[in-house]
Order: sequence, then C-alpha cells, then structure tokens
Amino acid sequence: MALPSATLLAQAILAGLFTGALYGLLGLGLSLSWGMLRQINLAHFALAFLGAYLTYELSSRRGVDPLLSLVFIVPLFFALGAALHWVLTRFRVSPFNSLLVTFGVTVIIEALLQWIWTADYRKLESSYAEHKLRLGPLFLPLPELITLGLGVGISLAVWVALRRTDLGKAMRAAAEDAPIAAAFGVNQNALALMLSGLNAALAGVAGVCIALAYTLSPSQIYAWIGVVFAAVMLGGLGRPLGPLIAGCVIGVTEAVTMAVTAPSWAPLVSFSLLMLVLLARPGRVA
Amino acid sequence: MKRSLLLILAAGAGLATVPWLGLPAFYESILYLVLHWIALATSWNLLSGYSGYFSFGHGAFFGIGMYTTATLATRFDIPFLWTLPAAGAMAALFGTLLGAVAFRVQAVRAELFSLLTLAATFVVATLILNTPIDGGPGVYMSAVPVPAIGPTASGTFYLLALAVALLTVVAALAVYHSRFGTGLFAIHDDEDVAEVMGVPTFRYKLGAFALSCGLAGLVGGVQALFISYVTTGDTFTIALPLTVVLMAVLGGTRHWAGPIVGATAITLLLYSFTGGDTAIIGKGLTGLVLIVVILFMPEGLLGQALKWWQARRGPVAAVPPAPATAPAAASARRPIAGAGEVLLRARGVRKSFKGVQALRGVDLELRRGEILGLLGPNGSGKSTFINVASGHYAVTAGAIEFDGRRISGIPAHRIAHGGMARTYQIPRPFAHLTVLENVALPAMFGAASLDRRRAEAEAWQWLAFTGLSERAGALPGELNLHQRKFLEFARALASRPQVLMLDEVLSGLTPSEIDEAVALIRRIRDQGATIVFVEHVMRAVMALCDRVVVFHRGEVLAEGEPREVMQRPEVVSAYLGQAMAPACAELADEAPMPAGVAEPIHA
Repeated sequence: MALPSATLLAQAILAGLFTGALYGLLGLGLSLSWGMLRQINLAHFALAFLGAYLTYELSSRRGVDPLLSLVFIVPLFFALGAALHWVLTRFRVSPFNSLLVTFGVTVIIEALLQWIWTADYRKLESSYAEHKLRLGPLFLPLPELITLGLGVGISLAVWVALRRTDLGKAMRAAAEDAPIAAAFGVNQNALALMLSGLNAALAGVAGVCIALAYTLSPSQIYAWIGVVFAAVMLGGLGRPLGPLIAGCVIGVTEAVTMAVTAPSWAPLVSFSLLMLVLLARPGRVA
Repeated sequence: MKRSLLLILAAGAGLATVPWLGLPAFYESILYLVLHWIALATSWNLLSGYSGYFSFGHGAFFGIGMYTTATLATRFDIPFLWTLPAAGAMAALFGTLLGAVAFRVQAVRAELFSLLTLAATFVVATLILNTPIDGGPGVYMSAVPVPAIGPTASGTFYLLALAVALLTVVAALAVYHSRFGTGLFAIHDDEDVAEVMGVPTFRYKLGAFALSCGLAGLVGGVQALFISYVTTGDTFTIALPLTVVLMAVLGGTRHWAGPIVGATAITLLLYSFTGGDTAIIGKGLTGLVLIVVILFMPEGLLGQALKWWQARRGPVAAVPPAPATAPAAASARRPIAGAGEVLLRARGVRKSFKGVQALRGVDLELRRGEILGLLGPNGSGKSTFINVASGHYAVTAGAIEFDGRRISGIPAHRIAHGGMARTYQIPRPFAHLTVLENVALPAMFGAASLDRRRAEAEAWQWLAFTGLSERAGALPGELNLHQRKFLEFARALASRPQVLMLDEVLSGLTPSEIDEAVALIRRIRDQGATIVFVEHVMRAVMALCDRVVVFHRGEVLAEGEPREVMQRPEVVSAYLGQAMAPACAELADEAPMPAGVAEPIHA
C-alpha cells in the first residue's frame, strides 16, 4: 500500500473533521439524554432523519432555504422530544427498556419516512452545495463547513449553559441526585422535559446538516447508530464537548484509514476503539 | 419439565410430517421462517433473558455460523451437513473469547454489554469483508448440493430448521430447569449477591454465552444454504439483534417458551403484510407492538398470561414437603468440635477505594463457636471488613485465612463453598424468585451444595426456623422489613455455613422484633455456627457477644470481653468524641454504655 500524498492526507483529515462534527452533533443529544436523564434514546437517529426529510421537503417542494427551515424544525422537535419524555416517565420506563421503546419509535418513524418519501435515495439540491471554498490545494465544501460551525458552536453553547447559567447548574444537580436537588427547590420534572426537548431539537439540527451533505434513504437511520454511540461513549456521558471531540477523533482516524487502506476498513477503527474503551475504562461511561 | 419435554417432542414429531402432506411449498417457507426465528430468539434468550445480559451481538454469531458454512462448503467442498457442527463450534468459540474478556470487567453490565456486543458485530463484519473469507462480492453457494432429507429442497430446509429449533428449545428448557438456569436467574436479579452465595457467576455467564452463540451459529449455517448467497451487508445488520430482542421481549424473557410465542407472533405479523405498501404497515405495527408491550406488559405476552392464569387459580398453597423433616434444624445444642481454635484470621488487611482508606491494616481472629461483635462508629470499616472477608471486595493488601486456607484474592463463590455466609445490611433478596427459591438457592450453591429437591427441603426447615413458612410462595417485594431481614437470615443459614456474618440485622426493627432476632441468633449459635456480628444496638451486643472488636477509622482500636472493652476511655471517646472523653471515662463505671446497654434482654 502506497502512502498517499500530503495533500490527499490533509484533505482526508479535513473530511474526517467534517464527518466528526456531524458525529458530535448527533451524539450531543444522545449523550445528554443518556448521561443526565438515564434514557438511551435510539429514536434520536430517527428524529434526525425525520428532520432531514422535512428539510428536503421544505426546500425542494416549497423552496424554503434549508437553514431557514430550522425556524420550523427546532420548535416542532422540541415538542416531540418533550412528548416522548413524558411518555417514558409516565410509565416509569427503566433505562434499558427506554432503549427498546425508542427502538419501537424508530421503526415507526422509519415506516413513516418510507410511506411518505419511499425507500428511494433522495438528495437535496441546494445552492449551498455549489459553493466550494478553496484553501490552497484543499477544498472546503460549504455544507460541511456549516455542519462544522453548527457542531462546534452548539456544543460550546451547551457546555457554557450547563456550566455557567443557573438553569444549567440546576440541570446538572438534578442529574446527579434528583431527590436532593428537588429538596433544594429544583423543579426536576420541568427541567427534564426541557432537556429532552432540547435534545430532540438538536436531533433536528443534525437532520438539517444531514440533508445538506448526504443522500437520504430511510434505512440510513441505522447506518449512524454504531459510530455515533462510539463517539458518545468515548466522549463520556453527559459531557457536552465529549461527543464533538471524540467524534472528530473518530472521523479523522476513519478518514485517514480510508485514505491509507481501503474505505471498507473504516468501521474497524471506531468499533475497536469503542470496545477498548468499554473494556479498559467502563467507569468513564457508567 | 418432563411434561414440557414430551410436549415439545410430540409437536416436533407432528411438524416433521409436514413435507409429506403435499402442501404447497409456500407453507414450508413460512414455517421455515417461523422456526428460524424461534431458534434465533430462543438461543438469544438463553443468555440474555435468563441472566439479564442483553446481547446485541447475536447477528455476529449468526453471521460467523453463516460464513463458516459458506466457506467450508464452497472452498473446501465439505458436504453441507458436516459444516453445520463447525458453524456452531466456530460461533461458540468466538462467543467464549469475547465473553472471557467482557465478563472479566465488572462494570460491563446492562447497556454497556449491549453496546460491546453490538460493536463486536461491526468489527467481525469488517474483518470478514476485507479478508478473503468474503473479500467484497459475497459468497455464492448455488453450486452446493442440498442434502436429500425431505421430498423436496424446501422440505429439506424446513426439516433442518425444525431440527435446529427443537434442539434450541430443548436446550433452553433443560437450562431453565437446571441448577445452571437457577444460577443464571440469580445473576439476573443481583449478580454480586449470587456470587457471594456461591454461584460461579463468571463460569455460568461464559457457559450461557457460548451455548447461546453456538446455537445462533447453527441457525446461521442452515440459513446460509437457504438463501444461498451470503453478504456481509445483509448478514451483520443491527436489525437482526433488534428483531430478536423484540421477539423475546414480546413473548416474555423469563420463560423458556416466551421467545417461541414472540417469534411466531412477529413472523406471522410481518408475513401477513408482505408486498408493496402493506410491508410498511407491517413494519410500523411491529414498532407499535413493541412499545405497547413494554409499556403495558413488561413481562411479555406469555409472562402476562401465566400471571393471569395463576391469579385465576388462586395462590398456590405453599406446603412443606414432609413435616417430619421440619424440626430437625431446630434441634438441641450440637457439641462444637474444636471450639476455641482460630477459624478466621486477618493479618494487615487494607482496603482503599480510590485513595480513601476504608481499612488500614486490620488484624483480627475469629474463634470457632464464638459470637464476635464488630463495633465502631459509622464509617469505621466494619461493613467493609465483612465485604472483604466474604470476597465481595478484593483486599488491597494483607491476607485473610479461613479454616487454614487463604481466602483473600479468591472468588467469592469459592469462599462461600468453604462455608462462609453473610447477610446484607439492606436486604438484597432476588426480586423475581419466591421466598422459598431465595432460601433454596444458597443451599444449592453454598457449602452444602444440595440438589434442588433436597435444597428445597432444607429451605423449608429454615423458613420454619425463621417463622417465614407462611410466606414461602410470596415474592420478596411483598414482605415487610422485618420479614425481609429474617429472609436474609434464612438465606445465610441455608448454606449451612461454618461462619455466619451478620451485617446490622437488627437495624430498623422494633424492640420486640429485636428480642425475637436475638433469640434466633442464640439458637443459630447453639447449632454450632460461629458468628460475626456487626451491630449498633448495644443491648443486643452485650447480650450476645462473647468478644468484641472495636473498629475506628479503619483500624482495630480495642479487642476483648464486651463489658470491659466498652469502658476503655479510647473506645468511649471514639463513640462520643474527643472533648467528652475524660468526663465519660469517669462515668463509665456507673453507666458504661451510651444507649440503654444495661437494659435486660428478653430473650
């Protein structure tokens, strides 16, 4: 196997960062709901694809700018997430069963997507895709740059919000020890509803990014689960910057592996990494 | 069990005649699918339903089986039927390897185990895809001859699937009723307690995983030739394990027949919606069914049905098997052989938790036949000592010898076999086992190692001894605190231990319940057990203990005869604080104990 040129390698690293940002954006909501609400929300991926298809629909049929569709998607998804959370707490679903229930939701959403948009591949043709910035010999596609910007911006914003604002501190306290936090006047139920709404809204944002850069098909929902879970676990549960950093590490290693060997080897990196983390440092996760 | 086995074999024999009935081949392929999923879901349930370790890697082992058969049959021209045992063995081998690593790590439980096995699926898939095993284009098996077992090819596949399904279901039934199965169910409810009661948890989990994977591999072997074109993309999906989980959960994971119900229901549901748009409806319905079942019937269809059935028949009257055996346990005082010799010896035992030193060099001796009280303020290391001695925690340094053998550093279940039993301060019964089963378990797995029938007879004795006979058929959740504490006693006693360690068995009990418990402990000692007694209720300590050891900040502060030790100034100051010490030491002659020690015990 020949070592690729420096330009190719740099382009691979850049591509890895772009994918990594999307892993991070998808993983953020997952990590927060697992780490702070003890819910393993498989439906997160389905929601992201629902968001992607809605963006596609709004843009290609109604001519709404993909980024403008966020105005519509964010509140809608906030409501969806809060509703799902309400059901899960209403029936006192255990963390493990939350995974099964949200798998059921995933299957239903998948069927819905297939019903409305069929199983054919769809690609959003937006004006963003035509812009390609150049940085020396490197290409910077605009949709990916937007994803990177949103990923970094949102992760940082959530990090600051959880650390610095009273609301964020209350959320962390409730996640750590709900009864004690409640005794100090934290309205844990309202916060949990808000947080799960936020997580679903994050899935919606990730969905817009997916629509901008990727080809859509309902079965693609499952393609993301493994690698995003790897990013979430590597990043540490409930840490806002974790998925982004871990996602970028995974993205870059994958992209470099693809450039050096064959693309089909890429999954080996992330999943071996995930297995190693689970076996060597399970405490980081649990 | 015999009746279930006969029922399965009769159903199998009946189903085996189908290919000769002259039905359209279409029926055989539906039945093939049903049997295929029954075998997969049942094999998954063997590990995951019974022990609670939900594997999401079932697709990996199924796929390993598929590729083993595909490779052997196409590259090495081995006759198809001969490749099947290899497919099972290969999958079992990989399961054993993964399990041997995963089960060593204590924290890899529940959802972490699920993720680990899911990740393993994709690692295996990538390796197969990129090596000559597959190489990318997939493996065509159209040239492999189908053995002529049935009258037609589809009949042959149907019969093969039937055989594999029968084998899997019989294996699940056998494990369900065996000692192995009982151990797995205990692991499901509380793995740490199961280990301390003598269940070899590592070996059992590994065994169940290997069996589960091996059977999945066998299913994969048959499926490989059935579809005759094997690709990694279609084999190693996340959909397969999720479907299997859905089927088992739908039917009920705590019963051997649960996955059969679930697999049949889902397969037929999906089959009735094949083709075009209706397939989407079928898919959506499966999702809906999963949600509804978990929210409204967490025990699954079969679990719920069994519950209704039992409720209709009324509670099963719990009757001890033979009244003659009951009073044996409560017999008169047994002479204690070798009373007074050292039975348990701790030397320089240290235990730290990430820098917090819970024990800093404890030396103590326990003599055969005595009741040794472990005293000390909260956080002084008493309970940690019990956890270390029973093998629940490993020592950081130092050594513990029991009956002349070193026990520090060996697994807890082997310490239990050696004759050590303990209770938990906060009772930790196995939530899904009845009171009787809870007590029979340590008799089966502890020092006594009885078979199930004799263990249950033994359990009845200890239930009578602790006054719980009436509640034998109840689940632990239905007991009050007092009864749950006594259940802890009965469980510890049922293993017939040499040393019984009681961790605050009296806390939270009313004064009259305490008197009852103290009388019980006396009777236990009279039968020849040596007792370590951690307690804050001082009047009970004074009434029962031959000797006491006082712990303070992880070290032994004092040791000796109870009344004398409790008057020592350093002990008083440890309990009441430094500033008070001089005054208390003076008072000690008149009122030696902080709280009500002088009260007589009505034992």
